[in-house]
Amino acid sequence: MIEPLVYDLSSPGRQGVTLPELDVPATDLPADLTREAAPLPELSEIDVVRHFVRLSQLNHSIDTGFYPLGSCTMKYNPKINEDMARLSGFAHTHPLQDPTTVQGNLALMYSLQEWLKEIGGFAGVALQPAAGAHGELTGILIIRAFHRSRGDLGRNKILIPDSAHGTNPATTAMAGLQVVELPSDSRGNVDLDSLRAACDSSVAGLMLTNPNTLGLFEEHVLEVADLVHGCGGLLYGDGANMNALLGVVRPGDLGFDVLHYNLHKTFSTPHGGGGPGSGPVGVGESLVDFLPGPVADIVEQGGDDDAPLYGLVMPARSIGRVKAFHGHFGMFVRAFTYMRMQGRAGLRSVADHAVLNANYLRARLQSTYHVPFDRICMHEFVAEGRWEDAPGVRALDIAKRLMDFGFHPPTNYFPLIVHEALMIEPTETESKETLDRFIEAMEAIAAEARSDPETLHTAPHTTPFGRLDEVRAAKELVLCCRPAWLDEAQAAGSGG
Amino acid sequence: MAYIPHTDEDRRAMLAAIGVRSIDELYQAVPAAHRFPNLDLPDAVSELEVATELQALSEANFDLRHNACFLGAGAYHHFIPSVVDHILRRNEFYTAYTPYQPEVSQGTLQAIFEYQSLICNLTGMDVSNASHYDGATALAEAVILALNHHRGKRNKIILSPAIHPHYRQTVRSYMQGMDLTIVGDEDCCHGPEELAKAIDADTALVAVGYPDFFGHIVDFTALGEAAHAAGALLCVVVNPLALGMLRPPSEFGADVVVGDGQPLGIPVSFGGPHLGLFTTRQEYVRKMAGRLAGETVDSRGQRGYVLTLTPREQHIRREKATSNICTNVALMALASAVYLSVMGRQGMRRVAELCYHKAHYAASEIGRVEGFRIWNQGPFFHEFVVACPRPVAEINEHLLDHEIIGGYDLGADYPELAGNMLVAVTEMNSRDEIDDFVAVLEEAAHD
Amino acid sequence: MDFPKDLKYTKNDEWIRIEADQGTIGITDYAQDQLSDIVFVETTLAAGETAGKGAACATIESVKAAAEVYLPLGGTVSAVNEDLPQTPEQINSDPYGAAWILRIQIADPSEAGELLDASAYEAYCKERSG
Repeated sequence: MIEPLVYDLSSPGRQGVTLPELDVPATDLPADLTREAAPLPELSEIDVVRHFVRLSQLNHSIDTGFYPLGSCTMKYNPKINEDMARLSGFAHTHPLQDPTTVQGNLALMYSLQEWLKEIGGFAGVALQPAAGAHGELTGILIIRAFHRSRGDLGRNKILIPDSAHGTNPATTAMAGLQVVELPSDSRGNVDLDSLRAACDSSVAGLMLTNPNTLGLFEEHVLEVADLVHGCGGLLYGDGANMNALLGVVRPGDLGFDVLHYNLHKTFSTPHGGGGPGSGPVGVGESLVDFLPGPVADIVEQGGDDDAPLYGLVMPARSIGRVKAFHGHFGMFVRAFTYMRMQGRAGLRSVADHAVLNANYLRARLQSTYHVPFDRICMHEFVAEGRWEDAPGVRALDIAKRLMDFGFHPPTNYFPLIVHEALMIEPTETESKETLDRFIEAMEAIAAEARSDPETLHTAPHTTPFGRLDEVRAAKELVLCCRPAWLDEAQAAGSGG
Repeated sequence: MAYIPHTDEDRRAMLAAIGVRSIDELYQAVPAAHRFPNLDLPDAVSELEVATELQALSEANFDLRHNACFLGAGAYHHFIPSVVDHILRRNEFYTAYTPYQPEVSQGTLQAIFEYQSLICNLTGMDVSNASHYDGATALAEAVILALNHHRGKRNKIILSPAIHPHYRQTVRSYMQGMDLTIVGDEDCCHGPEELAKAIDADTALVAVGYPDFFGHIVDFTALGEAAHAAGALLCVVVNPLALGMLRPPSEFGADVVVGDGQPLGIPVSFGGPHLGLFTTRQEYVRKMAGRLAGETVDSRGQRGYVLTLTPREQHIRREKATSNICTNVALMALASAVYLSVMGRQGMRRVAELCYHKAHYAASEIGRVEGFRIWNQGPFFHEFVVACPRPVAEINEHLLDHEIIGGYDLGADYPELAGNMLVAVTEMNSRDEIDDFVAVLEEAAHD
Repeated sequence: MDFPKDLKYTKNDEWIRIEADQGTIGITDYAQDQLSDIVFVETTLAAGETAGKGAACATIESVKAAAEVYLPLGGTVSAVNEDLPQTPEQINSDPYGAAWILRIQIADPSEAGELLDASAYEAYCKERSG
C-alpha cells in the first residue's frame, strides 16, 4: 500500500503545467541573487493527480465514515459551503482593495459578527483569529489589556481547571501570565472551595470550558462567574464545545466576559486534516474597545432603498491585529452559508441532536464501559478504556481495534483526569443506525478484551497500515526528503 | 433538516434508551433562568435560496477575475493550476481531522512530509513544520523561538521596516505580555547597515524581508554575520514564489525562514486562509512550534509517517509548550505541496521569471510617464514603489473606472511615503493590461 | 522496580549519589518507567555553572511525555554525561548507572537532610501507583 514520495516519481524534463510565453522585453536577472532552478520534482499532471488521489485514499474522513473524536466536533461538512467559498467574488477579492469595492464581503462579515454576538450573548465579535488557540491568545490578551487600562497591574494569574485543553495553559504562558491549576470535584465540576481560595487581587481571569472536556455542563457556572468577578477577575470561555449550547444558553448570559468560537467545530467548516480553522472572539460591553482589528462595521447607515456602507474599523483601544488581513474569510463564507441554511430553529436542533446522540451512546455503552462521572452529559462524554478482568488492555488497544470496524477512534488519553480516557463525541449529523453499529463494535471489543486480548494488542489488522513506530520517528528524526539525485543535479550545474 | 438524519421514531427510541421523556430534560444542569433564549436570528432558507443570496453578495464585489490587479502587498494574484483545487476537494483530505491516528491518516501525514520536504528544498533550510496560520503569525513564532533559544536572557528584537506592516503589528500584539524591546522599524528606509548597527548583546533576533515589502531583493550575508557574531539569530521573511529564481536565504546564514505560502496555489480569498511557512535549522528543531511529520515504519515493515516531537506541543507540555498552536492550516499546506509538485522545478523558475520581467517592464514604462518616479534603488522582484503626482487614493479611483485595481497606498503605514504606491505585477498581467495601466496612470496625472 | 539503598531521592523522581562533596544526579527507575521509551535528553546547565537546589538542569523527552529534571541539591556542575544525548535509551535500561546526567560539587551538604531515603521514596512511589 506504500505510495512513493513525490520526489521518487520525478523524471528530469517532465512538466506538469503550461505557462504563457513572455510578452514583454526581458530584463537582466541580478546574477549575484539568482539560483539554479530550485530543487523541486518534475512530474506530469497525471502523475501529480494519481499521487495525491492515492494518498487521499489512505485517510479516514467524515465523508467515508463515523468520526466520534471527542472535543473536535467532526460533524458533516455541507457541500454547498465549499461551492460558495469558491465563488469568484469571494475567492478572488484582495484583502487590501478599497472597502467600496468589497461591500459584499464586508456585509457578509458584518452579518456573521452580528449572528455570533446573538448566539453567544455578547456585545462585540472580532473574526480575525485563525483558530481556537489563536482566539484564546486574543481573549487572554484582551483580559490583560483591560486590567492594565484600569491601572490594575498586579493581575498576573489565570485560573485553569485540571480538565482543560492544553491550549489554555500554553496560551496563558504566551500572554506572559501565570497558570494556577484548579482541581475538579467528584461530579466533574470546578471545585468551588479551591476556587474560593484562589480568588484574590492577583487573578486576571479564569478560563472555563463549558460544557467541560468531560462533556458535562458546569453545574455551578453562575457561582463560578460570581466568585471570579467578585475578586475583580474576568471569565474566559473556551468555546470548543459550543455545539451543545446553540439556542440552549448564551455564555454571555451566564457571566462569560470573553469567548472564542470555533467555526470549524460548531459551524461546519471542514477541518482540512488540521486546519484552516477560524476562531472568532466575542466579548461583553466593557471589552468591545479592546478587540483585535480591524472589524467590519457600518460606516454610513443605509436608507429605505439603499444598503448601508460597510467599512473596516479598528476598535478604540485594540490589542492590535493578531494576523495579517481580516481573518480566514473563506471560513466565514462557509459558516455564513451554514447558519443561513440552519436558521434560528435549525441551530437549536443541532444542539438538541448532538446532546441526544451523546446521551444515547452513553446510556447504551455504560453497562460495558465505566463512565466515571455518571450523569446526563451534553454533546460528548468520557468513558474508561480499561477493565479489572482484562489486565493489560488499554484505551489505546480499544482505539486501534475500532479501526478494524471502520470507525475512527474516539480521542484517547484526554482529559488527563480520567484513567485510560476514551472521549466520545458523535455530533448531530450521525444517524441512530450508525450509532448502533458503533455500539455493537464497542461491545464486541469489550468481549474480545477478555477472550482474545492479543487481537486488541496487535490491532489494527484491516487498515492499510499497522501501528507505526513512534520511538523510531522521534529518535531518527527524518523530517525532510532530499534525494541524492537533487544534490547531484545541482552539483552538475544542470539547472537553470 | 438536511444535515440531521433523525426520524420521530429514532428520537422516541433514543429518549427511551436514555430514560428521559424529552430532549429538553437533558438540559437540567443549565440554569433555568437562562435556558432556551429566544434568539434574534433569521429563519432557515433552502439551499437554492442560499446559493442565490451568496451569489448576489459575491457579485457585489469587484473581483480579480473581472478587473486587472496591480495590488499585492502581501497577497498575490497568481495562476492556480486546476489540479490544485481538484485535490483540495478530495473528501478524504478536507473532511479529515489532524492525523492523530496514523494507521488511518497516512494520506495527510505523507502529504505533510512532502510539504515539509518541498519547502525545505525551496528555502534551503533543514526542517519545516506543518504550517502556521500565515506569514505574520509565523514571524511572531520565530520571535518566540529566538527568545526560547536564549532562555529568556535576551530581550531585544530588531525588525526591518521593510517587513510587511501587518507582520510587525502582529509581532507586537503577540509580545505585549513580554517585556521586550522591538526596534529597527522607526524609519521606513533603514537598510541592513542600520539594522546591523542596532545589534547588541541583548539582541535575540534580527528579521528582514526577501523580497522585502517594497519589492527589494538584498543579499543579507553581512547582516547574518553581524547577527551571529553577537549571538543573535537571523530570520528571513520570504515570498516563496520568488525562490523559484532567487538564491535561497539559507545561503545568507538564515537561522529561521518564514513567509506566506499564499502565492503557491492559494487564492487571495480576501485575506485568508493563507499559509504560514516556518523553517529552521536542525539544531533548533526542538524549539520550533507546530506539528511535524517524521518518517518511520509500521508493524508490517512498511515505510510510514507519524506526528513526531510532540512533547514540544501544548497537549503534552501545557504551559511549557513552545506555542499554544494546535489547528494550523494543513489543507493550505497541501495546496502548496500540490502546486509545487505540478509546477515543478521548471514551472517555478518560469513563473518567477515571468513576474520579474513583467514587473520590470511595467516599472520602466511607468518611469517614463511624466510626474511618476520609481522609488526603488537596486534590484527588485515583482513589486516596486511608484512616487505619484497626486494622492494614491485619487489615482486608484480613476484606475477603478477602467476596471483596474491599483496598487497599495503606502502613506497609511509609512507617513513619510505618502503619495507612493506599491505596485505588484505577476504572470496574470498581460502586456496589454500593463500598457492600459500605464496609460490610465498617465491620464490620471493630468485629470 | 529498583530503589538502591545508597542513594537519596526527591519527590520529583531524581536520585543523587553523595560521595564526599560530590553528588551524581539522574532520574529514578520509577520515572523512566512512567515516561516509557526515552528519545531525547538535554542538559541545560553546563560544567562550571552554579545553581541552587531545585534549579532546572535537564530536559528528558519520551514519545508522548516530557519531564524537567531539577537539582536535588544546590552546587556547581563539575561534570556532564556527554554520552547520554547519543544514547538516551540508557535511561530506560540503566537509570542508576550509565544514565547519570550530571555531577555537582555540593554547595551545602546540610540540605541533604531534606531528601528522601530509599524506603521513603519507595513508599511514595507505591502511593502514586495505587
